[in-house]
Amino acid sequence: MTAIARQKLEAICLPMAAILVALLLFGIFCALAGANPLGVYGSIYRAAFGQWSAWQNTLLRASPLMLSALCTALPAHLGLVIIGNEGALIMGGLGAISVGLALGTSLPPLGVQVAMALAGMLFGGVWIAIAGALRHYRGVNETIGSLLLNYIAIALLNHLVGGPMKDPSSLNKPSTFPLADLNMLGTIPGTRIHWGLVYGLVACAIAYVLMQRTTFGFAARTAGGNIRAARIAGLPVGKLTLAICFLAGSCAGLAGMVEVAAVHGRANESLNVGYGYGGILVAFVARHNPLAGALVSVLLGGILASGGILQRSHDLPDATVLVFQGIVFLCVLYSESLYGRFAIFQEREALPASRKATV
Amino acid sequence: MAEALGWLGVPLAIAAGTMRGSTPFLFVSLGECLTEKSGKINLGLEGTLLTGAMSAYAISYLAQDSVGEFLAPWLGVLAAGLAGMVLGAIHGWLSQQPRVSDVAVGIAMIIFGSGIAFFLGKPFIQPIAPKLMTLDLGAWSNVPQLQDALRISPLFLLGLAIAPLLRWFFKSTRWGLFVRAVGDSPEAARAMGISIFKVRMLSIVAGSFLAGIGGASLSLYYPGVWTERISTGQGLMAVALVIFARWNPINCLYASLLFGGAQALGPALQSVGVDSFYYIFNAAPYILTLFIAIFTCSPQKTLVGSPGALGTNK
Repeated sequence: MTAIARQKLEAICLPMAAILVALLLFGIFCALAGANPLGVYGSIYRAAFGQWSAWQNTLLRASPLMLSALCTALPAHLGLVIIGNEGALIMGGLGAISVGLALGTSLPPLGVQVAMALAGMLFGGVWIAIAGALRHYRGVNETIGSLLLNYIAIALLNHLVGGPMKDPSSLNKPSTFPLADLNMLGTIPGTRIHWGLVYGLVACAIAYVLMQRTTFGFAARTAGGNIRAARIAGLPVGKLTLAICFLAGSCAGLAGMVEVAAVHGRANESLNVGYGYGGILVAFVARHNPLAGALVSVLLGGILASGGILQRSHDLPDATVLVFQGIVFLCVLYSESLYGRFAIFQEREALPASRKATV
Repeated sequence: MAEALGWLGVPLAIAAGTMRGSTPFLFVSLGECLTEKSGKINLGLEGTLLTGAMSAYAISYLAQDSVGEFLAPWLGVLAAGLAGMVLGAIHGWLSQQPRVSDVAVGIAMIIFGSGIAFFLGKPFIQPIAPKLMTLDLGAWSNVPQLQDALRISPLFLLGLAIAPLLRWFFKSTRWGLFVRAVGDSPEAARAMGISIFKVRMLSIVAGSFLAGIGGASLSLYYPGVWTERISTGQGLMAVALVIFARWNPINCLYASLLFGGAQALGPALQSVGVDSFYYIFNAAPYILTLFIAIFTCSPQKTLVGSPGALGTNK
């Protein structure tokens, strides 16, 4: 087996083993809580991937996660840890709803949707680009900067939907005025899945090609590897930082646009339900690879989709899903430290030269 | 009389609110300060806070019959600290494995900790648990707002005492020197013969103990209930607050008062009819922290007081 094949096998086997260990630990947890672990596994599987309607639920939840994960995964190639996904998602949602409401029905629906998507990407992109600029020009730690920007975005959302943009008829849950039904993002024919899934998949594919197959991506990865070497080689590190951060934020902003234009139809506190933090985890678990990120998003979407059934059929609180999610991610993160520890995935370098010749 | 206070009620309400609102901040930020001084960041304190709040409330409720209404909440406070230590031990061990990012583990711990808190805390949302007693220094007055402002929690006083204690620990004790050495320059610490793993583990576990107590102050002091929405992000905010305080425990105290006060500003102004920028006032601490970071950071040098190994995964 070649070294690359071994590496790939390692990258597949370790996370799978981690998920199995997580299932075992979660089973013990359920048994302690008085539920039958095998029954719980069965229910999660059925609710997440059991039949077509379950798959649709899963994919609906996976699409914002894919987009939001890119917000962490792209800057990671530059060596930046950005956790501003939630804020960029909210700003994207706010941008999309503002443009959607401003245009109303003056343009054909497709035009309005394109404008909303562009606005969402612009708002989200600028939001994360701010974190990148602060990092590059002022040396403000990007993790902390983007965390603070999250809270500022949440406050801005609450302020706008509770005041200037409030629909007076939304009493229990302050919201903006709703989008015209005409302008809502439709579903993929024959399914309940909205087009956001396609956005997510396309964005992941583009991100992969951009980072792995273009000179731009190569420059970014060089700067991430050794910033001084990149400067000496004449790479515009500042511009790269801003561009990558903008792209990252625009992905999360697009997730916000999808949530507004396909799910809620208006902006309110439902934008802030944790897809941002979920996306950070997806990015780390996928080791910042956009294609793996799409797969992990589906897995996490499946876990999220199984929340209701655990409550109904096993009398477990709905927080069980959070515990499960936590255990899975802790195990997968631990598996990160096991790379290179197992002999089976390593090239056998210590072999004598005579035997090497025969292989 | 009380109603006639009008605008005068605003500073009183802010003073009272500052004390109540800053107590959880104080504990969580001191815990985070200790953790970060050792060179690791713990974003998971949000989960620790929630688990602490739940444990404190549950134990206080369950123990009230056997140990009485006075002692039960204190037992709850202790349980909160211990529960925090368990979560801290997971974080401390996992975040020190090779190639594992402490930021990612922290976020996983937020999810895990809040999951555990909501899972185990579900049966305790309805029942009423005995709360911590308060020292009513305002009993002489007949103005309700003044009584309210002078009703001081022993937890707040405890936090006030821990801040200078922690500063003394860092500055003047051998163990404090170990923590600073490990946080600033792991290589030097290793050369001194200090076990980096042990020092960080103990710092993270002790920091989580404090954060757990911060949770207890939420459920047993103010707001004094257990619900799933009890924390408004104080755990995550603590990270910002420690940077704002430049990793100095005394500054953590001032910063907690400021953040707690900023939270009290919105409701206090709302009570006299100014409510148009309620949420923006609530965000004031973040905006302030961001601006201070912008003005004090520089690409050429790191922040004064910043532990050298922080964020380098060394």
